This record gives sequence, structure tokens and C-alpha cells, in this order.
Amino acid sequence: MTSLSRDDVAKLAGLARIEMSDEELVALSNEFTVILDAVARVQEVASADVEATSHPLPLRNVFRPDVVAPSLTPAEALSGAPAQEEQRFRVPQILGEE
Amino acid sequence: MTLTYDDVVAKYEPVLGLEVHVELNTHSKMFCSCSTIFGAEPNTQTCPVCLALPGALPTVNEKAIESTIKIGLALNCSIAPFSRFARKNYFYPDMPKNFQISQYDEPICVNGYVDVEIETDEGPQTFRIEVERVHMEEDTGKSLHVGGATGRIHGAEYSLLDYNRAGIPLVEIVTKIVPGTGKYAPEVARAYVAELRDILRSLGVSDVKMEQGSLRCDANVSLRLIGSDVLGTRSETKNVNSLRSVERAVRGEMIRHAELLNNGERVVQETRHFQEDTGLTRSGRSKEQAEDYRYFPEPDLVPVAPDAAWIETLRASLPERPSIHRKRLQEQWSVPDKEMSAMINADVLDVVEATVALGADPAKARGWWLGEISRISNEKDVAIKELGISAADVAEIVALVNAGELTDKLARQVVEGVIAGEGKPAEVIAARGIKVVNDDSELMAAIERACAAQPETAQKVRDGHVPAAGALIGAIMKETKGQADAARVRELLLGHLGQGSN
Amino acid sequence: MIRNSASEMASKLASGEITSVELTQAHLDRIQAVDTDVHAFLYVDTEGALTQAAAVDAKRKSGEKLSPLAGVPLALKDVMTQKGIPTTCGSKILEGWRPPYDSTVVTNLKKNDIVILGKTNMDEFAMGSSTENSAYGPTHNPWDLTRIPGGSGGGSAASLAAFEAPLAIGTDTGGSIRQPAAVTGTVGVKPTYGGVSRFGLVAFSSSLDQAGPCARTVLDAALLHEAIAGHDPKDSTSINAPVPAVVAAAKSGDVKGMKIGVVKELNGDGYQPGVRKRFEESLELLAAAGAEIVEVSAPNFEYALAAYYLIAPSECSSNLARFDAMRYGLRVGDSDGASAESVMNLTREVGFGREVKRRIILGTYALSSGYYDAYYGSAQKVRTLITQDFNKAFEIADVLVSPTCPTTAFKIGEKANDPLAMYLNDIATIPVNMAGIGGMSLPSGVADEDGLPVGFQIMSPVMKDERMYSVGASLEAALLSKWGAPLLSKIPALAGGQ
Ligand SMILES: [Zn+2]
Repeated sequence: MTSLSRDDVAKLAGLARIEMSDEELVALSNEFTVILDAVARVQEVASADVEATSHPLPLRNVFRPDVVAPSLTPAEALSGAPAQEEQRFRVPQILGEE
Repeated sequence: MTLTYDDVVAKYEPVLGLEVHVELNTHSKMFCSCSTIFGAEPNTQTCPVCLALPGALPTVNEKAIESTIKIGLALNCSIAPFSRFARKNYFYPDMPKNFQISQYDEPICVNGYVDVEIETDEGPQTFRIEVERVHMEEDTGKSLHVGGATGRIHGAEYSLLDYNRAGIPLVEIVTKIVPGTGKYAPEVARAYVAELRDILRSLGVSDVKMEQGSLRCDANVSLRLIGSDVLGTRSETKNVNSLRSVERAVRGEMIRHAELLNNGERVVQETRHFQEDTGLTRSGRSKEQAEDYRYFPEPDLVPVAPDAAWIETLRASLPERPSIHRKRLQEQWSVPDKEMSAMINADVLDVVEATVALGADPAKARGWWLGEISRISNEKDVAIKELGISAADVAEIVALVNAGELTDKLARQVVEGVIAGEGKPAEVIAARGIKVVNDDSELMAAIERACAAQPETAQKVRDGHVPAAGALIGAIMKETKGQADAARVRELLLGHLGQGSN
Repeated sequence: MIRNSASEMASKLASGEITSVELTQAHLDRIQAVDTDVHAFLYVDTEGALTQAAAVDAKRKSGEKLSPLAGVPLALKDVMTQKGIPTTCGSKILEGWRPPYDSTVVTNLKKNDIVILGKTNMDEFAMGSSTENSAYGPTHNPWDLTRIPGGSGGGSAASLAAFEAPLAIGTDTGGSIRQPAAVTGTVGVKPTYGGVSRFGLVAFSSSLDQAGPCARTVLDAALLHEAIAGHDPKDSTSINAPVPAVVAAAKSGDVKGMKIGVVKELNGDGYQPGVRKRFEESLELLAAAGAEIVEVSAPNFEYALAAYYLIAPSECSSNLARFDAMRYGLRVGDSDGASAESVMNLTREVGFGREVKRRIILGTYALSSGYYDAYYGSAQKVRTLITQDFNKAFEIADVLVSPTCPTTAFKIGEKANDPLAMYLNDIATIPVNMAGIGGMSLPSGVADEDGLPVGFQIMSPVMKDERMYSVGASLEAALLSKWGAPLLSKIPALAGGQ
């Protein structure tokens, strides 16, 4: 039986950038015990000799010519911005590396 | 106590790893049709795709794939018959999708090499740098940090994002680890990046301007005790933005690591940032806690599977390797090593070649580009190739001098005029009224006037004191506004004053 | 007039009996009257629809040659971008966002002069089977307002059953077109993957998502299918081949000599008796129409659900990363000194509903280093096995059939706290998405025990979509002659309606 602890879920929530209350973490951790058991069934038939399909169509080499097409206007580009300044998207301070 | 570089290499063996990111010079972005022109107004080159608006889908730029395959071929790589894009998942505001479309375990080019030659104590020596992979990905947007003291990210109150650069095609070239360079590690690193730059330029796939960031180098350095085969912990110095900095960064990191190790401290596996002013690196993000990028095949794109015919067409289009090309030119032109290096360092080899191709004598062509034109470039602080004078202009000027229609001095005026934007050489000549005075009777009249004006000097020359003729020649040249051929003036003057045999 | 099929409306428009403005207004009035109860729509574009209708009428008057569905109104699932019109995907995180561009489906609708009435309700980001996961409240099944209309495209299906629109656009990742069609007594088609462009379809699971037509008749679905399908250079996974001749197939409805394969694994325990009964009956009708009924086996289908609940969450964990409060949509916690990271965290906490978060976390886990091979990697192998099962089955049969869902519509709230029970609704529809083939659901009657609609699913090989239309049209005709009137004529009247 696979299970995810509250801390495991917290780590995943961090990776996925979702703040979660303690209550929510615990609830998800409980649900995952059931869900993971169900989905882990894929391992029963996924033997080494079976190829992986990442895509339903066997398409190859779909390209676009290197030709410039009109962009959005800056007003359109910024139309959904929660905040903007000097024709740029204004975002809160970015922590971390330069 | 600061270690000297000699101390470091006496005890430790450096192991290099170099990752070079190259922005391709396609017209449109990697996954959308927005323009890639550098320096446009913020957010004028964005669309639903490169802004990652909900519902938008990427499409692959064919030219970018071709350029990447060409790079792979030029670096002696195998081209994978099947390769895929993958999503590299991590959150960062300058990356609109919060994943980068890159390549993971199925890159398009693998297993190549580049040979570089450097000068060692024992003479020129060749080092082989093995290339692990060449893959395609996309660039991020640019952030402007507001608030804070220096415009840097730390202490900034907020940031402003411009996504014009988001989605510019990037090719990443990753070497295998490079052992065995010993004390020459910094020079080898520099020579590798320089050679790569020349190859990319010869392919015409990138502007390769390190200062504009179209070619960026990350240098991984670790040290191991000489004789040991245990690799040390590496640091990764990001975005080293000039050839000189590559050399300095590697040397600096070698010394920093050695000091830590000598003091019994641990080298931390981390990203470091090169400081152009001090030549030192500053600690960035620690990589102790490895990022989990959750790579998986990009479901919005289909695999790239170049067939042999396509690859062979691209291979046939490759230009001569720059190092071989240079050797051939040097032989053809009989240029001494020193002059050859001068041309390479001044970055004029290609224009000299173009000038020669238009009929100019190699020595003359070289003389103009390395001499007068370089001088003006320095004086104006404008790159030679941005001065506005072309190989065709120089070839034309050289031809006019050969035909006796310009003197060297007049030719310099023409060069100056072309650079000043007065037009093509013929236009400058016409507009400035430049012409060689080669009518002997006109010159004789001027000579007689000069001798009459300076009778004492003329007498000295008659008495056999030839160097005194200079003052007279100067006066004559001044009178003819420099348009006379100085040699002819001298010949006529000396003849006139009875010194014709000289 | 609103109870006609879309093709009937189209002929009345063509003959000049009605105008598009009248027809559009009639539907807007109907929405006004019944949508408080049904809640199929998240946004009604009254002005835009009437303007578009007037333009079509003008074109018709000037004698311009128009497309078959010109002037007929349509409801658009709120997962498709339409320039300037709010697009929420049923999520708080996109509240108020107006896209600056049209999806290719919308471009095609506009090209065909199909009048867009507004945007329909859905499970948040298409994750769900009941439309209960919409951040804007559930949609109610017009057959019984206490029941779910299916999901994720419950709004589109309910708008058809409630006569608020004769046509709708849905999207189907694991059954989101077909299951709502089944439980509302309407027709829903998931075309072959790559048959209809995904450009402008807000991605849930890129390798599974497919937009398709929703309608009240097979022919109407075919007409809409041909209007929206075709190669699109903006979608690299779009198929560069002619659109299958689905309208011709729907018009002929000929199944003589066709082999119809009943998938053994999709018709047994766990299927409601009334569902099975209607299914058997439909098979008899098809046999009577000249088709040969054969049994096929797809042993790996039992792993489809597990694989789906790894692949879809994995892809969605990455697709939904862009909702980060930086460039558009909701922004929470942007107070003095807040960091971009904390604003992202808070916004995604508040902006996403519970099911979306559950799947993002599950997908993040399935892709994470050390677990990738066991989960995502294994699921992709199951995908190969399912495709192989289909390939073998299609060697025996021209199309495959099954009940669309194991049960009829359940009560709102009944399964809300049991994700696994909810996931089981899609057991028969998911294999189709895994293999990228075509699938259709059409009504086969109502279950004896509860009087609620039952769906019949037809599956056809890649780019052979015309086959399911032939079979669907044949069955539809047989059922119609048996019933004497369309199934929806039996739907109880809605309080607000006439
Ligand atoms: Zn773009």
C-alpha cells in the first residue's frame, strides 16, 4: 500500500505552489492512500517490454516556417494584467536568484 | 592567506564542464511567430503563445531545428533519428508557462567534440573538448527590479516584466567533463568558447554577441587532488559574458575551491554569479536540495525525426571549419602569425577576406582594416563593423590607389568620408573634389613658387642638403591641398634643384 | 421554434421563414426564462449574439452563399477562448479574464456564421463528471433538477436538453462530452484526437483533450462537426488530412453489412440494469437494420481508469502552472512586502477548487523524480496496451459499442465526497481518449427504474469518424420510429418555460 504523509503532501504542494492549511494537507494525505492504491494498478501490466505511448498520434516533424506574424498590441498583451507599469507586467518582488 | 595559482595547480587537478547557451538568429521565436528583433519596446513582441495565455499552443520553428542540426554537425555530433521536446517544470515569473520547453533524455544532437589549440610552455598544444549534447529550448523574459539600491533583485520592492525575449530560440551546448587540462584549464575554457563562437558565426546561426547575451557561458569547475580519481564537488558559475571573463572565472573558482579544500572546508554545490568588476564569483542558489523539474514529454508537440536526406543536405551546406579556414587564408596570404592574430583579435578576418575577394591585395586590405579603420573605430568607440564602411568600399579605394587615382593620403580622406556617411567612395571623391594633381606643368609652377618663397632652403638643397627639401615639399603639398602625389613632387623638385640622381 | 433540430432551424432560415435575429432572440428568451433553474450558462452574450445574428440575416438578404448552419445559435463551453468574452473554465482563478484572441473553434464557428449565445458551465478546468466542481455553482439536469447533468460539459449538454440552444461545443478528455450527453438524453461526439484544433481550448490534459459537437440529433452533430473540424497549423497535433465525411454518413445512416463489436469488458457488473436493458435493445435494432453484432474483448480496459488518473493529473499539474497571478487572472495577497512566490501560493490556494488541487498534487507526485517510472511511465505503457486492444478489436469490427456510462444521472451531492466513485462514471468513455479514437454518445431511451436517459456509445477508429455517424444515425432512426417522437419530447417541462 502506497501512502503519502502530511509532510509529503506539503512538499508536493510547495512544488506545485499551492498554499494549504494543515486540515487540507491531512485530508489529502488520507485521500491519497485510497487513490494511489487504485492508480498503482497500472504497474500490474506495465512490463519492461511494453513501449510507452505519450501521444495518441504517430505524427512526426510538424514545423512552422520561420516567418514573423503580427504580435498582440501591448495593450492587448497587458489587458489581463493584475498590475502594470511602464508597459510591463508589475509583479511582487521576486525572491531567490538573480 | 591567499593561494597563488601555481600553488593550486601544483596540488590539484581541475575538472571543467562548460554549458553554452546560444540565442539563434531566427526571424521569429522558437514556438510562436513573434519577431525576435533585439531592443524593441517592452511587450510589443508577445502573443498568446509566448505570454502563455490559457489555450495557446506552441509550434516549432523549422529554421531553429535546422540551425540546431547544423550546430550539431559542425561540432561532430551524431544527429538523433528521433528526439523530443520535454517540459522542465519550475515556477519563475519571467517564464510565462512556469515550465520551459526544453529537451531532456532525447536531445537532437549527441556525442561530438571540438579541438582547440592553445599556446603552452611546450609550444602549441591541441585539447579535445567532448560535447555531450546539443539541445533546443527557449529563453525567458526580462525582469526589471524596482526599489532597492542597485536595480538588483535583492531589496527590490517589485519587478516589471517584459516578455519580448520569452520564447527566443536557445540552443544549449553541454560538454562532457573535461579533465587533463592541468594549469591550462582557464585558457582551454576560453579557447573552447572562442572556437565555439567562431564556428557558430561561420554557420550564420547566431549573432554570438556575448555582451548582448546571445552567447552565454556557464562554467562548472571542480578540483581533485592530483593522482586521485575522486571528483570534487563542482560549482556552476552562471552567465559569464566575455571570453576574458571565462578565463578569469575558471581561474578564480579554482583558487576559491583550493582555498576551501586547503582549509578543510567543503565546496558547496551551488550556482555562483560572476562579478565582472572584481573577477570573483558570488554565491547564488544552493543546489544541495536538487530541484525536481518533473520532466515529461511535451504533449503539445510531436517528435523531431530528421531523415538522412535532410541531415545530408544540411551537412553539405556547412562552411569550412573556422580553424581550418584560418590556416588556409594565412597560407594563401602569406601572413605572419602575429598579423594573423591581430586580425582575429580585431575581429576583421572576415571583412579582410571579403575585401580580398573583391580584388584587393591581401596586404593592402589588411592594412586598411587593421590600420586606419581600426584607428577610427577606437577613436569613435564604435565597433569596426558598425562604422558603415564595407569590404566593397575598401576594395574600391584600394583599386583607385593602385590606378594612381588616389594617393594614400587622399585615400584616407575617402575612408573618413565614407565613415562620415557621405556616401560611397566615388560619391565622397566627387563631393569633396578630391583628385590627384598629376599635371607636371601645374606642379612645376607650384615648385617654382615654393622655391621663390623659400630661396634659402632651395639653395641648401642645391648645395646637396637633400633633407631640407621636406619643407619645400610640405609647402607644395599645402598649396595643392594634398592632391599632388608627394613622390612625384619630390622627384620634380629635386630635378629642378639639380639633385635629380637622388 | 426552439424545439426544432438545428437542421430544421437551418432550413427555416434558408427559406426565409424565420430570421436569425428571431431565432436568436427566442433562445435568449428561453435562457432568461429557465436558466435560473438549470444554470447552464456562465455568461450570456445577448448583444454579441444579436449583432452576429443581424449580420447573418444581412448576408442572407444580400444573396451571399452561406454555410449550412449559418444563423443557428450555439452554446460554447467556457473552456474555449472567444475574443473579448469572459472565459473562466469554471474557475475563480480566471474570474473576469477576457481573452485577447479567438480559439480556432470559435474562428471556425464565426466563419460558418454560427451565432454564439454565450459560455456554458463546466467542472473547473474540465475536471469532473457532474459539473458540481464549477466555482460558480452546479448545473442542474433538465430531466430532474436535483440531479447532475454530467460533466465536465454539463452546461453544454443541459443547454441542449433545456432547449436553450440547439447546438453546443464541448470538450472531452475522459468523457466530458459523451457522459453529459448520455445523462441528458442528447448527442455528443468526441472526434478523433487531432480532428478539431485545440488552439484556444484551455488545456486540462493535452494528449487527451478533444473538442467536439453537442446536439440533439446525430445529423446536427455531424453538421457542427464539419464546421469546426480540419487541420490547423496553430496546433501541432492537428491532423493534416481531409475531414471525415460525417454529414454524408449521418444522412445515409446505413449499417448494412457493418460489423458492430460489443466490448465484453464494458457491459457487465456495475452497470445499472436499466442501462443494460436499453443497450441490448439498441443492439437488436442495429441487427435488424442489417448490422452484424460480434463480441470483442479488450482485456486492458480495466487499467484505463488507473492510467487516466495518472496521465491527466500529470499533464494538468504542468498545464495549470501558468495560473500564477503574474500576467492575468486572480491575484491574492499582493500586500506590501509580499513576494511573488507567496502571491502565487496564496492565489492558487484561493483560486483553485478542491478537485483541481487534488489532481495537481497527484500529478506533481506522479511526475516527481523517483516515482515517474512507477506512475507516469507505467500509465503510458497501459496506454499502449489499450491502443493495441482497440487495434485488435477493429480488425474484427468496424465500430465498437458499449453503454456510455454505468448509471443514469445521480443526485447532486451524492458522490461529491467520494472521488473514486465519481471517477468510475468515466470507465467506459476513458479508453477512447487514451487511444485518440472517435466516440459518440446518443440516447437509447430512459431506464425503466428511474425514467432517466441512458446513453449508447459508438467508437470508431482514428479518422474513421464517419462510421460512428452511420451507426448513430441508423440507431437514432430506428429508435425514433419505435418511440414516435424524439426522447427529449418526454422531458418534464421546466417551471420558467412555456
Ligand atoms: Zn509570441
